Amino acid sequence: MSTIFGIPAPALYGQILIGLINGSFYAMLSLGLAVIFGLLRVINFTHGAQYMLGAFAAYLLLTYAGIGYWPALILAPLSVGAVAIVIERFMLRRLYGLDPLYGLLLTFGLALILEGAFRYWFGAAGKPYSPPAQLTGAVNLGFMFMPIYRGWVVGASLFVCLGTWLLIEKTRLGAYLRAATENATLVQAFGVNVPLLLTLTYGLGAALAALAGVLAAPIYQVSPLMGSNLIIIVFAVVVVGGMGSILGAIVTGYVLGVLEGLTKVFYPEASSIVIFVIMAIVLLVRPAGLFGQEE
Amino acid sequence: MSDTPLLEIRGLNAWYGESHVLHGVDLNIREGETVTLLGRNGAGKTTTLRAIMGILRRREGVIRLRGKDLIGLPLHKVAQAGIGYVPEERGIFASLNVAENLMLPPNVSDGGMSMDDIFTLFPNLHERRSSQGTKLSGGEQQMLAIARILRTGAKIILLDEPTEGLAPVIIQRIGDVLVALKKRGMTILLVEQNFRFARKVADRFYLMEDGRMVNSFPGHELDARMDELHEVLGV
Repeated sequence: MSTIFGIPAPALYGQILIGLINGSFYAMLSLGLAVIFGLLRVINFTHGAQYMLGAFAAYLLLTYAGIGYWPALILAPLSVGAVAIVIERFMLRRLYGLDPLYGLLLTFGLALILEGAFRYWFGAAGKPYSPPAQLTGAVNLGFMFMPIYRGWVVGASLFVCLGTWLLIEKTRLGAYLRAATENATLVQAFGVNVPLLLTLTYGLGAALAALAGVLAAPIYQVSPLMGSNLIIIVFAVVVVGGMGSILGAIVTGYVLGVLEGLTKVFYPEASSIVIFVIMAIVLLVRPAGLFGQEE
Repeated sequence: MSDTPLLEIRGLNAWYGESHVLHGVDLNIREGETVTLLGRNGAGKTTTLRAIMGILRRREGVIRLRGKDLIGLPLHKVAQAGIGYVPEERGIFASLNVAENLMLPPNVSDGGMSMDDIFTLFPNLHERRSSQGTKLSGGEQQMLAIARILRTGAKIILLDEPTEGLAPVIIQRIGDVLVALKKRGMTILLVEQNFRFARKVADRFYLMEDGRMVNSFPGHELDARMDELHEVLGV
């Protein structure tokens, strides 16, 4: 059997794939967080709960309505986005202009309420959710076997990240969003309905989290705490990438996912802390993050 | 030029937090007119523009555009009613290139300048259309800030100190642009410290002091009033 640096090659490839999968979720979640933080200046602690809600929406659609994976990929983000819009309109909006701490506390409280409610209703144990029939099985890549569903997740997340990036960098709506991130008052003084833009941005960020939740359901199972386990790492990713940097969030998400996977191969003892060590170093050397701009 | 004002302001009071900064400001601008606000630093000229736009939210009084009351409107509806704003700090966005900065303000009515007309008036902007907005020189940024409002079909432009910090040759160029706009029938409310610049374009002057309008006179009286102005403006 071939080895690389004394590690069996299949083990190495396997961990890189797992790293890429985790990185896909880090990227999609930190992307939404970065967009929301950039424009609303809200540190959205509800993001993990919104990811969990996406997974639960898929599970509930299947269990109670017989609606499968493919429609859930659309319906779950739409419904979680709609809930987020209500939250923005009636709660978050009142906190704009105050210390960002208030927004953080509100969203943290909402996350605790949502996770507590779902634990009360469904219990803490994970619920299995099967991948769709079209995506079961594995393919032989020559150097390793790859489960088709995992390849799909990596591809779908790249597609979503690229699409979101294009939306923000190349469209008129994205230009409004970038400009309002710099100076919201002036953009509104030009006649752009900035309050509506804020609402839609929060809805979009939450919908991205929910989409990640649906993609995650067949891999990690559906459980009320699936988001809170992930969200701390995702915050570290956002800090490393640079608060508010879209490209930074995407690239850092994949890179840290793979680094974490590699650490599992070469020094497993450090695998659960490597991302936080990197975060600490980045904060010391470049406090604005790798892709962030000093203010 | 008709007699009913395009923009009518009566008894405008405004506050920054607790501090009362505008005291019963009256101001009228007829269609096609260029009106210049003079006054020392801190006299309330920029504040008047910000209060008209609604950027300064705490205000009372009457602000009407063609008889339509603007004071109760949310900020974005003021621009949509037809007022374009060129702020003192120019407000060019670093995360947008020149073309995106130019296309940013939504159209508020038909009859805005076409991109061809804009690039004829500001050839530099065409050459540098894919540069980052804030990489432009100060003069080019000022041109961009004016150009993007001309595109929207705004009926009146509020221009806050367009010559500030610019070299004489660029000031000359901006003066030419304003003269060209006047010829096209654009209505302009100009805040300017440099009245040698303002005299070329202004039909009327208003003089502000401590948040109040203290005087107004037609442009041709400027020379006769120089001594009085030097005293009030301290220049």
